[in-house]
Amino acid sequence: MSYTLKLRIWRGDKDGGAVEDFPVEVSEGEVVLDAIHRVQATQAGDLAVRWNCKAGKCGSCSAEVNGRPRLMCMCRLSDFEEDEVITVTPMRSFPVIRDLVTDVSFNYEKAKELPSFSPPPRDADGKRRMAQVDVERGQEFRKCIECFLCQNVCHVVRDHEDNKKAFAGPRFFLRYAELDMHPLDTHDRRELAQGAAGLGMCNITKCCTEVCPEGIHITDNAIIPMKERVVDKKFDPLVWLGNKIGIRNKDNDGRTEV
Amino acid sequence: MATTDHGVTSPGRAHIEARTLREDRWWLAPLTTFVVFSAFVVYATVRAFMGRDYYASPYLSPFYSPCLGDCVEGASDFGQPFSWWPLSAALIILIFPLGFRMTCYYYRKSYYRAFWLSPPACGVAEPHSAYSGETKFPLILQNVHRYFWYAAVVVGLILTYDVFLAFRPMPAEYAVGDGETSGVHMGLGTLLMIANVVFIWLYTLSCHSCRHVVGGRLRHFSKHPVRYKLWTWVSKLNGSHGRWAWYSLFSVALVDLYVFLLATGTIQDLRFF
Amino acid sequence: MSETNGPAEGRHPMTGNALSGDAQGGMERHTYDVVVIGAGGAGLRAAIAAHESGARTAIVCKSLLGKAHTVMAEGGIAAAMGNRWPEDNWEVHFRDTMRGGKMLNNWRMAQLHAQEAPERVQELEDWGALFDRTDDGLISQRDFGGHKYARLAHVGDRTGLEMIRTLQQRAVALGIEVFMECTVTDIFKDASDGQSKVAGAFAYWRESGRFIVFDAPSVILATGGIGKSFKVTSNSWEYTGDGHALAMRAGASLINMEFVQFHPTGMVWPPSVKGLLVTESVRGDGGILKNSEGKRFMFDYIPEFFKAETADTVEEADAWYDDKKNNRRPPELLPRDEVARAINSEIKAGRGTPHGGIYLDIASRRTPEFIRKRLPSMYHQFKELADVDITAEPMEIGPTCHYVMGGVEVDADTQQSAVTGLYAVGECSGGMHGSNRLGGNSLGDLLVFGKRAGEAATAYADSLGGTRPQVDEADVKAAQASALAPFEVEGGENPYTIQSDLQQSMNDLVGIIRTRTELEESLAEIEAFKVRASTMVVEGHRQYNPGWHLALDLRNMLIVSECIAKAAMAREESRGGHTRDDFPGPDAEWGTKNLVVNLNAEGTGVDLHEKPLPEMPDELKGYFA
Repeated sequence: MSYTLKLRIWRGDKDGGAVEDFPVEVSEGEVVLDAIHRVQATQAGDLAVRWNCKAGKCGSCSAEVNGRPRLMCMCRLSDFEEDEVITVTPMRSFPVIRDLVTDVSFNYEKAKELPSFSPPPRDADGKRRMAQVDVERGQEFRKCIECFLCQNVCHVVRDHEDNKKAFAGPRFFLRYAELDMHPLDTHDRRELAQGAAGLGMCNITKCCTEVCPEGIHITDNAIIPMKERVVDKKFDPLVWLGNKIGIRNKDNDGRTEV
Repeated sequence: MATTDHGVTSPGRAHIEARTLREDRWWLAPLTTFVVFSAFVVYATVRAFMGRDYYASPYLSPFYSPCLGDCVEGASDFGQPFSWWPLSAALIILIFPLGFRMTCYYYRKSYYRAFWLSPPACGVAEPHSAYSGETKFPLILQNVHRYFWYAAVVVGLILTYDVFLAFRPMPAEYAVGDGETSGVHMGLGTLLMIANVVFIWLYTLSCHSCRHVVGGRLRHFSKHPVRYKLWTWVSKLNGSHGRWAWYSLFSVALVDLYVFLLATGTIQDLRFF
Repeated sequence: MSETNGPAEGRHPMTGNALSGDAQGGMERHTYDVVVIGAGGAGLRAAIAAHESGARTAIVCKSLLGKAHTVMAEGGIAAAMGNRWPEDNWEVHFRDTMRGGKMLNNWRMAQLHAQEAPERVQELEDWGALFDRTDDGLISQRDFGGHKYARLAHVGDRTGLEMIRTLQQRAVALGIEVFMECTVTDIFKDASDGQSKVAGAFAYWRESGRFIVFDAPSVILATGGIGKSFKVTSNSWEYTGDGHALAMRAGASLINMEFVQFHPTGMVWPPSVKGLLVTESVRGDGGILKNSEGKRFMFDYIPEFFKAETADTVEEADAWYDDKKNNRRPPELLPRDEVARAINSEIKAGRGTPHGGIYLDIASRRTPEFIRKRLPSMYHQFKELADVDITAEPMEIGPTCHYVMGGVEVDADTQQSAVTGLYAVGECSGGMHGSNRLGGNSLGDLLVFGKRAGEAATAYADSLGGTRPQVDEADVKAAQASALAPFEVEGGENPYTIQSDLQQSMNDLVGIIRTRTELEESLAEIEAFKVRASTMVVEGHRQYNPGWHLALDLRNMLIVSECIAKAAMAREESRGGHTRDDFPGPDAEWGTKNLVVNLNAEGTGVDLHEKPLPEMPDELKGYFA
């Protein structure tokens, strides 16, 4: 059940590069990463590629397969015709280091800018209590494996290098939403989400959700709710009035602006 | 097309000329959206400015409901406070459903992609050299969506009322048999209006702002069991918000078209009883 | 905090690398109090502890931050918090751990672990972890093999991801410096005052090939395991035994290396994911094992040691899930070594599935909703990778190399090795788990001993005052030459071939069932691999060159493989993760001693000797009466 896959791989570095042909023997049940590894073991020992778990859990092997952002380990060859050409390139939103490896430090820089979780003291018995329904929304976002495919596909930075300064990207909107929905957190990050993180730059065109290998509803469950929360804080005169006259959402009590 | 050397061809990124390496028919979805939305906009604009053929008793076109201007007899169930309005009565109220849809999170996605190509599809470079998203005027106004949602609830109630009115007996000239005009009536128009109002409600209640208002804004669902339940229901509907957006768009145009055809005498109402 | 020299002029004649570390001044140099090697659960926890106790701390890791193998842990963190069972406490956990390890554990480590794990878990919650909850809002705890009570704190079946993300976010919040995609190849020592102490470490950036020297009196190894020495493994490429090998080369010793845990349930199909883990929670939540004849065979494999607490009828086993007080545990939840051996026997007896595994069936026992809710990652994993819907059909599974119980011999309280200033935590340390690790005890191990090592390493660095060990420039030169050696060879073999042959050989000869003849054969083959590895060649240059990286890792894999094979041959009994076909039962005499391995004097192979187990105090012995 094996055949020769018409595989093309982008090779090069920041000074230039091109897509090269690597016809390679593959067999039933294999994924794109298997084919890449076989090329590495038999044709190009120095082919640079990032990978770890090979099971869609660590989010290392992000690349673009026929122009679509994918995890190579979760991209089954059986989804393609046997005579189909498969072109693999590095992620196109980040600076390339070599071959399929890109410099994703943008994401680590953005992670540093985000104020971390800040809980109140524990209960008297040294434990914390939270209801399952209250942690479930955050748990969805914490499924994120940080493959950065959402960051890569987001046109805000993909098509506009200059926006990188002011835009944290979908992965970190997930994080803002997770903390904002956390039943215990004592910080209010809504101003920050809109300001420093650039939530307003997002025009909810949903590509982040489309490419998420974990199937997290980034746009519907994190970004849009976060936008609505920002509206509560910044744009809605009724909420403002409610706060003034004491009819307000007591659910947010005890949080302070960061 | 403008150059894209600020995007995927920026210095430092992997050097690839093509704007996209996608080989599937990525252009099909935005193209379809473009064609259908454009067709709707043209149709709706024409109908809204016509100012006639919007009422065929007992059916009132949703474009004109509530009919608050100088409307034809029988169309104004809420009086005519704007009877001085010189233009089509539709223009008085259409801002509400129009605003609701223009600021809708689903429609925004669709028209940003299909009309503004920002981006045309995932992984396909957009043609613009600068981008500021929804941070500046006028797009910052998208944040008023929830107010349009409040209005949309009112519009939904009025359209629901219209459906009840659509069960009214028809005037004598439409009577069947030996001049029977009393009792309850139901025709194809009634059916279309029911379908329309169902889709309108599904669309309105599946709105992201609605989801936020009923419970999404909370941090402790456990302390608000009723709102949590509501939020759960709205969340379920919200999963198909895009579908309800399309269905209700078609249904509203179809009801209007049906009323138009009745009012112009092109067809006769198919009457069930 | 750290000084950095500019890049060198010109290119390396051999590698063509513009950022050559060959020329004078072309090397980065950084000074820290504590350098942690590895950014999995143990490394991150150690770094956090070191930072919080005031040390200037750096984390050095081979991959990007947050990608370490800890993300693969699924089940949970074993901690006797008593949230589900108030009768649970550290003593019960300690007893379970010792019994699971067949009494070969370092009792002190097992005790510390059981005592401190609950607070370590609570800490994660302080840092933002979102565990599943009980009805009264406490951290939920689930059942797992070998644990008397439900005690694994968990998040669905992705607990490891939650743990690493929480620790990662904590480390970022504290501003700890991280050297990502940076591999350590040598530990420097200073023996100038007569006693050999750690002075620093030598590393290269994977991205550029550029070298780094760390000046640091404390180095904590947290490099994980050795699974990549085997063909069928749940471990990622990083698991090449780096910490084990670094420690040996620095003069420390390893213990318990013969004990390699084969997880009973790994995927067997498709080939690309062969070995990939299927969490034990599948069984904890009701999954059962069946052979190709449809028989639930585990009832035939209940060992004497566990008879008293294991159900011997299907009725009792099935009743246990709902009424744990009045029923005994199903045999599917025996410790991993027992289950793996049973599966192995069934397959060998010809009752395997088409792809050479056996069936793990939860579809016929639980509703699709239940399965999707409790085992979302497993559902996803089988759907995406094997096109199998686990809510409708059974999974095909088989044993896979999962964990090495053996590792650096350390002091239980501080995790310091025999080398002053060198610490080891997590999978690369040895002793805690004895001959077999219970599921859920690994994540707790990382946290408990990570914190202890971080604090001890800081205390030691502080105690030195101004007189720190110095890195010898000759050692730096030697380390550099050694790292570049694969580029200097011509006409040899490519490292991928040698690696793949080694993996096959270890799988065939030092796998789940072992015999003297095969182990002898394996040692001979390892000698041959060493010869082949000494002449392997690497294409290309130093910038992000996986061939070169593998060539360097392969040295570690070879030495570690030799340790395993040698220790496995010496231990003439079957116990925990070590099964000898020629010595099928446990031996009381062997139950009193560890096997210790060291690098031999020439540095070319390993020496082995026996060492009695540390004596357990009488008050603890009482638990096993």
